[in-house]
Amino acid sequence: MLKKIIIKSICIFSLLLVFTVNSWSQEPIKIGGLFAVTGPPSFLGEPERNTANMMVDQINKTGGIKGRKLKLVFYDTQGDATKAVQAATRLIKEDRVSAIIGPSTTGETMAVIPVVENAGIPLISCAAGIKITEPVKKWVFKTAQNDSLAVERIYDHLRKRNLHSVAILTVSDGFGASGREQLKLRARDSGITIVADEIYGPNDTDMTAQLVKIRGSKAQAIICWGTNPGPAKVARNAKQLGLSLPLYMSHGVSSKKFIELAGDAAEGITLPSGRVIVANVLAKSDPQKKSLLAFVNDYKNHYRVEGDHFGGHAWDAVMLLKSAIERGDGSPASIRNELENTRNFKGIGGIFNFTPQDHAGLTKDAFVLVTVKNREWMLVK
Amino acid sequence: MKRELMKFLVFAAAVLTAPLFLKGGYIVNVLVFVGIYTILAVALNLLLGLAGQISLGQAAFFGLGAYISGVLTATYAANPWVAMVIAVIAVGAIAFALGFPILKLKGHYLAMATLGMGIIVYIIFNETVDITGGPSGLSGIPNLSIGGIVFNTDMKNYYLVWSFVIVTILLSVNLSQSRIGRALRAIHDSEVAARILGVNVRLLKVQIFTVSGIFSALAGSLYAHTVQFISPASFGFNVSIELLTMVIIGGLGSIYGSFLGAAILTLLPELFRTFQDYDIVVYGTVLIVMTMFMPGGLVRGVPLLARSLLVRVKAGLSSEKSV
Amino acid sequence: MELIEQLLQYTLSGLSTGAIYALIGLGFAIIYNSTSIINFAQGEFVMLGGMLTLFFHVTLGLYLPLAVVLAIAAATAVGALFERLAISPLKDAEPIILVIITIGGSILIRGVAMLLWGKDTHALPMFSGDDPIILLGAAIMPQNIWIFGVTLIIITANRLFFHHSVSGKAMRACSFNRIASRLVGIDVKRMILFSFIISSAMGAVAGIIIAPLTMTSYDVGVMLGLKGFCAAIIGGMSTGMGTVAGGLIVGVLESLGAGLISSGYKDAIAFIILLVILLIRPQGLFGKGEAERV
Repeated sequence: MLKKIIIKSICIFSLLLVFTVNSWSQEPIKIGGLFAVTGPPSFLGEPERNTANMMVDQINKTGGIKGRKLKLVFYDTQGDATKAVQAATRLIKEDRVSAIIGPSTTGETMAVIPVVENAGIPLISCAAGIKITEPVKKWVFKTAQNDSLAVERIYDHLRKRNLHSVAILTVSDGFGASGREQLKLRARDSGITIVADEIYGPNDTDMTAQLVKIRGSKAQAIICWGTNPGPAKVARNAKQLGLSLPLYMSHGVSSKKFIELAGDAAEGITLPSGRVIVANVLAKSDPQKKSLLAFVNDYKNHYRVEGDHFGGHAWDAVMLLKSAIERGDGSPASIRNELENTRNFKGIGGIFNFTPQDHAGLTKDAFVLVTVKNREWMLVK
Repeated sequence: MKRELMKFLVFAAAVLTAPLFLKGGYIVNVLVFVGIYTILAVALNLLLGLAGQISLGQAAFFGLGAYISGVLTATYAANPWVAMVIAVIAVGAIAFALGFPILKLKGHYLAMATLGMGIIVYIIFNETVDITGGPSGLSGIPNLSIGGIVFNTDMKNYYLVWSFVIVTILLSVNLSQSRIGRALRAIHDSEVAARILGVNVRLLKVQIFTVSGIFSALAGSLYAHTVQFISPASFGFNVSIELLTMVIIGGLGSIYGSFLGAAILTLLPELFRTFQDYDIVVYGTVLIVMTMFMPGGLVRGVPLLARSLLVRVKAGLSSEKSV
Repeated sequence: MELIEQLLQYTLSGLSTGAIYALIGLGFAIIYNSTSIINFAQGEFVMLGGMLTLFFHVTLGLYLPLAVVLAIAAATAVGALFERLAISPLKDAEPIILVIITIGGSILIRGVAMLLWGKDTHALPMFSGDDPIILLGAAIMPQNIWIFGVTLIIITANRLFFHHSVSGKAMRACSFNRIASRLVGIDVKRMILFSFIISSAMGAVAGIIIAPLTMTSYDVGVMLGLKGFCAAIIGGMSTGMGTVAGGLIVGVLESLGAGLISSGYKDAIAFIILLVILLIRPQGLFGKGEAERV
C-alpha cells in the first residue's frame, strides 16, 4: 500500500516536473492584446492591433524567441472600461497570458490596472495618460509618450518665439482632458499665461464660437489638443475666420490623415510628434532611424497604408516584451523584472530607459517639432 | 403565490450554487457584470414593464450612484458602505424631485425628456473635472469589505453582487404582486381609468420612478466598488439603450426576463469576440430580429416558439403518415 | 464694437449649425407625423448621404452632381428596404417595440457602413470653394449658403406636398387617425412607406450638403440625429417652419452659450432647452395643443 502511494506520488511529481519544464520551453509564449478596434478610439486600436499582429508574425517567422513561438490573443475593448476589465480578466484567467499589451486609452488602462496588479501580470499600456505610471505601479509600463513631454516641447518653442500668453482649446474626452491638465500644470513654470481655456466636443461640427472668443482674448498663440477630426475642423474654422495667430496642435493628430482632412488650413501648423512621420528626413545619425524605417516600411507592405505613431506604441510594446523575454525565462515575474531593466531601447516612440522609479521611460527628446509645408510634414529646426 | 415562491427559490439556489460548476475562471467575472446589469434591468422594468413609463436616461441614475460612491470613498476616504447608503439615498431624492415634473409627460415626450436628462448628467460627469476627474475617469476606489473579508476577487464579488441581485428581485417580485403593483398595472393600461378608480396616479408614478432610481444607484455603487475605476463613458446614452434592450429582449414586465435579457446582452459580446469587427452588425441584426419575432421577449417568446414548432412537427408527422 | 462683432459671428455660425439641425429634424417630423414612430435611425441616413457621396465621388471618381444623385437614391433605397423589412411586418406593435427596432436598425446601418468604408473620417470638397464670405466683419462659408438654400427649398417643397397634393394630404390624414384614413380608402401602409422614403432622402440630402463642412465618418449620425431630434421636438414636430425655427434656436443658443458662458457645456444647452420646452409647453413652441386621447 505504502509502496504504491510512494510510487504514485513520485510518478506524479516527476510528471509535473517534466510538464512544467517542458511547458516553459516548448509551448508558445502567450501574450494578450487589448485594443479598441471598434468604438470611438478605433483610430488608436486598429493600427495597434495591426502592428502587434505583424510583429508577432515576423518574430515567429524568424524562429521565435529562444526557440519558442509567440502567440497573440487579442480582444476588442471598444474603448469601454467595463469591456476592457472583462477582456483583461479573460486574458489572465482563461488564456493564461504571460503579459498584456494595451489597452489603447488611458481610461481603459486605469480600469485594468487593479486586475493586472492583483494577478501579477505585466502590462504595457499604449495610452499616454501620465496617471498610468505616476505613481509607479509594480506591473504597469507604457510606451506612449507622456502628454507632459509634448506640452514642454510646445512651451519651449513658444518661449523661443517670445510668445507668452496662449489660448488653449481642448476636446472633452480623455485625451483632451489629460492634455488640458498638463497644459495648465506646466504653464506657470514655463512662464506662459493661459488667457483663454476653451473646450469642444468630439462630435462638434463647428468650433467658430470658441475661436471667436479666443480672438477676443489677448492670446498670442492657440494650442489645440485633440484627435481627428476635431483639430482639422479647428484649423479650417480658424482659416475661415482669418485668424492669424500661430496654431499649435498635439501629437494626437500627427498623421497624414490630419493634412488630408484640414487641407490648405493645415499649412504652417506646428506640433510635437514622434519621429514616425518624419522617418525619411531624419539624419542618418539618429539612433531611432533604423527602427523607424523598419516599422514604416513593414507596415506599408502589410497594410498598404502609412504606419502612424499609434501603431508605433504597439511596435515598441512587442519589441520591449521580446527583449525582456530573451533576457529572462519568460515567466510573468521575470518579464516584469527584465522590462524594468530595459536600458537604451531604440524604439518608435523614443529611446526607452525603464527604472524602478520610471515605468514610462522617455524624455522630451522623444518628441520632435514638425510643421506642415506644402502638405508634407517637415522638421522644425 | 406559491408558484412565485418556487420560482424565486429555484433562482436563488441556482445563483448560489452556480460558481461550484464554474471552477473560477473569467466567466465568474462576466457573471459579476451580469448581476449588476440584472439589477439595472429589473429597475428599468419596474418603470417600463409594470407602470408603462419609458426612460431613455436610466444610465444617469446608474452613473450618479457610481460617482457619489466613488467620489466619497476615493476623494474623501469615506467608508464604502456608508458611501453606498449615501449614494442610494441621494439618488432616490434626486429621482423623486425630478419625477414630479418629468412624469407629467407621456409616451414619446417622456422618452425625449429622460433622454435629455441622461445626456445632461453625462455632460456634467465630463465637465466637473475637479470632482469627477472628467473624461479621464476616477480611479483608486476601494473594494467593499465586511469584517476582515475584502471583496477583491471575482468569486467574492460574485457573491456580493448576487446577494444584492437576489434581494432586488425579491423586493421587485413582492412589489409587482402587491396592491401597488396592481395599481401600477392599472396605470399602464389606462391612466384615466386608474384615476377614476381612486389611484393617486401622479404620486405612484413618481414613487416607482424613485424606486427604479434607487436600484440603479445601488448597481452603480456596486459597479464602482468592484471595478475600482469609473469614467463617464460607462454611463452614456448607449448604456441607457442597452438597458432598454435588455428589458425588451427579456420580456416587458417579467422580472426574471430582465435577468435573462441582462445575461444574454452581457454574454453575447463574449461569444461575438470571434466575429471581431462584425459584432456591431450581428448585434444590430439580433436586436431587430428578436424584437420582430419575439415582441413579448424571451420569457413569452421561447415557450410560444416551442409550442408552434411542436405543432408543426406534429403536423409534419401526420402528413408524412398520410403519404 | 468688438463685442457686437463677436455676437454677430456667434449668431451667424449658430444659424448655420442650426440650419443643419433643422434639416435633420424635418426628417424626424415627417415620419412621426405619418406613423407616430420616432425613427432613431434618422441620423444614420444623414451619415449615409455623406459617406455614399464620398464613395461615389472620391472612390469611384464620379462627377460630383452624379455622385450626389446616386447617393440620395441609394440612401432612399436603404430607407425603403428598412421600412419593408422591419417596420411594415409589425402592423400594430407597441410604440416602444418600434423604437427598439429603429435603434436596432441604426446600429445595423452604422455597422455595415463601418465594415464597408472603415472607421476613418473623410472630408468632401466644398461645393463652391472655401473662401469665406465676410458679412459685417463676421465670416460665413459659401457652403453655409448652400445649407440655408437647400433647407428653404425643402420646407417649401414639404409645404406644397403636404398641403396641396393628394398623397401629402393622405399622409397627414394617417397621422391624425389611422383607422378613419383606412375607412376613407387611404392605403395606410403605402403612406408609411412613402414617409420613410421621403425622410431618408431628406436625411441623405442633409448629410451630403453638410459633409464638406463637418466631415463625415461612419459614426457622425448619432449626435447629429439627437440634435435634429431636439429641433423637431422644440418645433412641435411640425414638418415646416416650426422645426426650422427649433433648429435655428438650438444652433444659435449653443453658439452663444459656447462663446459667452462655457464651451464645455455647449452640448448640454440643446438638451436643457429641450427639457424646459417639454416641461412648459410639451406640444413644442409652435405646436397646437393636443387633446389627451383616452
